Amino acid sequence: MANDQSSPHSETRRQLQMARSMCWHCQSEMSGEYFCERCVKVQPVSKDADYFTCLGVPRRLTLDPKKLEAKFYELSRAFHPDFYQTKSPTEQTISLSNAAVLNTAYRTLRDPIQRAEYLLALEAGSVKDIRTSPPADLFEEILELQETLEEYRASDRDSEQGHRLRATLQTEQQTLEGRREDMESQLRQLFTDWDQLQDREEATSQARAERDRVLKHMRDLLSNRTYINNIVSDLAATIA
Amino acid sequence: MARIVGIDLGTTNSLIAYMKDGQPCVVPDRHGRTMVPSVVALTDNGLIVGDSAREHLTRNPERTVYSVKRFMGKGLADVQSELAYFPYHLSETGGVIRIRLGPKNYSPPQISAMILKELKRRAEAHLSESITKAVITVPAYFNDSQRQATKDAGLIAGLEVLRIINEPTAASLAYGLQEKTQGTIAVYDFGGGTFDISILKLKGGIFEVLATNGDTHLGGDDLDRVLVDLFAAEIRDQRGIDIGSYPDHMQAVRLEAERAKIRLSDELKTEITIELPENRGCFTRELTRDQLESLVVGIIERTLAPCRIALKDAGLTPNDIDEVVLVGGSTRMPLVRQRVEALFGKVPHCHLNPDEVVALGAAVQADILSGGTTDMLLLDVTPLSLGIETMGGVMSSLIRRNTTIPASAKEMFTTYVDGQTGVDIHILQGERELVKDNRSLARFRLKVPPLPAGVPRIEVTFLIDANGILNVTAKDMRTGQSQSIEVKPSYGLSDTEVERMIEDSFKFAAEDVGARKLIEARLDADALIKTTEKSLAEAGHLVPTAEVDGIRTSLTQLSAAKDGADARVIRARMAELEQAATHLNVAMLDDSLKKSLHGKNVSDV
Repeated sequence: MANDQSSPHSETRRQLQMARSMCWHCQSEMSGEYFCERCVKVQPVSKDADYFTCLGVPRRLTLDPKKLEAKFYELSRAFHPDFYQTKSPTEQTISLSNAAVLNTAYRTLRDPIQRAEYLLALEAGSVKDIRTSPPADLFEEILELQETLEEYRASDRDSEQGHRLRATLQTEQQTLEGRREDMESQLRQLFTDWDQLQDREEATSQARAERDRVLKHMRDLLSNRTYINNIVSDLAATIA
Repeated sequence: MARIVGIDLGTTNSLIAYMKDGQPCVVPDRHGRTMVPSVVALTDNGLIVGDSAREHLTRNPERTVYSVKRFMGKGLADVQSELAYFPYHLSETGGVIRIRLGPKNYSPPQISAMILKELKRRAEAHLSESITKAVITVPAYFNDSQRQATKDAGLIAGLEVLRIINEPTAASLAYGLQEKTQGTIAVYDFGGGTFDISILKLKGGIFEVLATNGDTHLGGDDLDRVLVDLFAAEIRDQRGIDIGSYPDHMQAVRLEAERAKIRLSDELKTEITIELPENRGCFTRELTRDQLESLVVGIIERTLAPCRIALKDAGLTPNDIDEVVLVGGSTRMPLVRQRVEALFGKVPHCHLNPDEVVALGAAVQADILSGGTTDMLLLDVTPLSLGIETMGGVMSSLIRRNTTIPASAKEMFTTYVDGQTGVDIHILQGERELVKDNRSLARFRLKVPPLPAGVPRIEVTFLIDANGILNVTAKDMRTGQSQSIEVKPSYGLSDTEVERMIEDSFKFAAEDVGARKLIEARLDADALIKTTEKSLAEAGHLVPTAEVDGIRTSLTQLSAAKDGADARVIRARMAELEQAATHLNVAMLDDSLKKSLHGKNVSDV
């Protein structure tokens, strides 16, 4: 079995967009966003809509959590199955799948890191050559730390060696946490940079190159941060 | 739309509630009692439920089922450690526990259905209308099998279960409606058999669950057991009696332990009295609150770890919690309140009746579903991660715990061998790495057209609906055809089995009605005998001796009829007695009137 999240073929996409423009119930031209303006029936969220579109927010990395939450609550009131109990089976099905999509969208966009990872996936087309493995220095460091961790796990925690290893690990944890902090502040800067580039809407090759650079840098930081994050939680769990 | 009721199907007690003029209220019985003990007894006259069944716990322990909720969605191996505590006989068929009552075996959903039917009858009598739709509550930490078993119980009872909702979140609805609070609340729900903690954000009518955790095998029952073990050991040491071998006395010990625990919530010490078997007299001892607390503190501590995990999952610290709400009978214990207060750093809220608040919340949710309440919306989460088995016996997570429901995940499957026609999928729930440490939910086989390896593309959608119950659908991406999937639950009844149980339940409904009528007639007869005897003692001298004799004859006849098995005969004898005692009652009334007027002036009247 294999995980496959590639988008549908362009032909299917076109059909979906066409289907989207028509109300499933009264077949009239759709002008409303989530409900048909003529028969007031709920409409399925397009399978092609990204999470930003789904939540009705701009495709930006700095989002106001309060506004995002307000939008989520508003759409939950529109889609939640609780309000479709007396409606037709078709409407109930649409409500259920819309609510599930909405929940996934909100969960992804609510967290700045997940939001950036998602955006990277959406923009992946323009940064095909990015590296996904961690840089060698970090790799070495993590490997070394793993060894110390194993040593500590095997040691008698109350022995002198145990105490020494524990102290080493604690220092390592603090260093790594500091590094993670660093990366996160760099990421925040990149998020702002990206949003500003998007806001300028320049189509020059220079602007495109700049966007690719920001994305690539972001991707590197995100993947390194994930490695550090995993080892930090491993450390915390072991020496707790 | 027909009325939807809210039901709290509890381990110890169950309640049914409905919405009346925008306020939820619990349906009482004729005596004003709101709780139906979750006890089912098989008597010589059929199955009985509730208060009257509770009396059979000591009289008829092998045929009286209590705490059946602990067995919902479980196999026998899951409850092995506590089998010794239950006097009734348990077995397992098809991954489902069966409970023997007389000649027949019943699944936990069937027993629960009997309790639901009793609640349904109660509501129907109170509201004078037929009840067919319900919202039923479950512990937040119930897994898919336990939720499905609850839904099955509803079906068997003839109820359409429109929603399964979590007990702590139901409580938050009732609490939110009453207190109009905004902010972050923690609902600490410690009931008869289960423990839940839910952290919610209340804002503008939205009740968003941020995290939930718990233990579906931790409750008041466990506190009682500590006392039972202590008393049994003392009886053995001091009196040389193995009380465990007397199921009826063991039940008496359990009930006395429960009562003592309850008394010690208000008092500092209490007297324990246990009647010993074979006329060996009584075992008595004093139990102080301090002693009780030192015995159960370990169990209460076990509720704190889930609280900490829930806080962490919600990304909060105790300081972020604005209010702590207590739910469930076990939260009446002062020690529980102290521990909760110490953990969260604030005095918990306990203005609402912890026994009724869940049922009230279920009624609010029922009203939301029927379109009555439109300003409130509950956004709940799935308590456990959902995943599938992958190579090497490892679980691969598809939907993480504390994900807002409805939640869905899609997974694409293909084949490894040319011409392979099926892919076996094993669905799991839990937080551990390895398959064997998680809960197996179900298995199914995906049908695949025979093609070269890797060519078929079957997309499987795992959808957890608003009830927290999993639905699986599959689609062949090459043809766009949907495929129906027959999921075989690991710990649940099959659809055909549930259908058969629904049929059985209707077949036996007639017998059940007969049994209930008989019990009610007996209870009424008892009451009538008592009052008539009292009247005779007080006012017998006011009527002729012949009439007194007549009344006595009728009394004897009614007592005899009461021991019989015919409700109609009892009712007839009751009518005769009432007839015979007419003069007596009139004379008594006159007499009391005279007495009350005695010594008063005419002008006062």
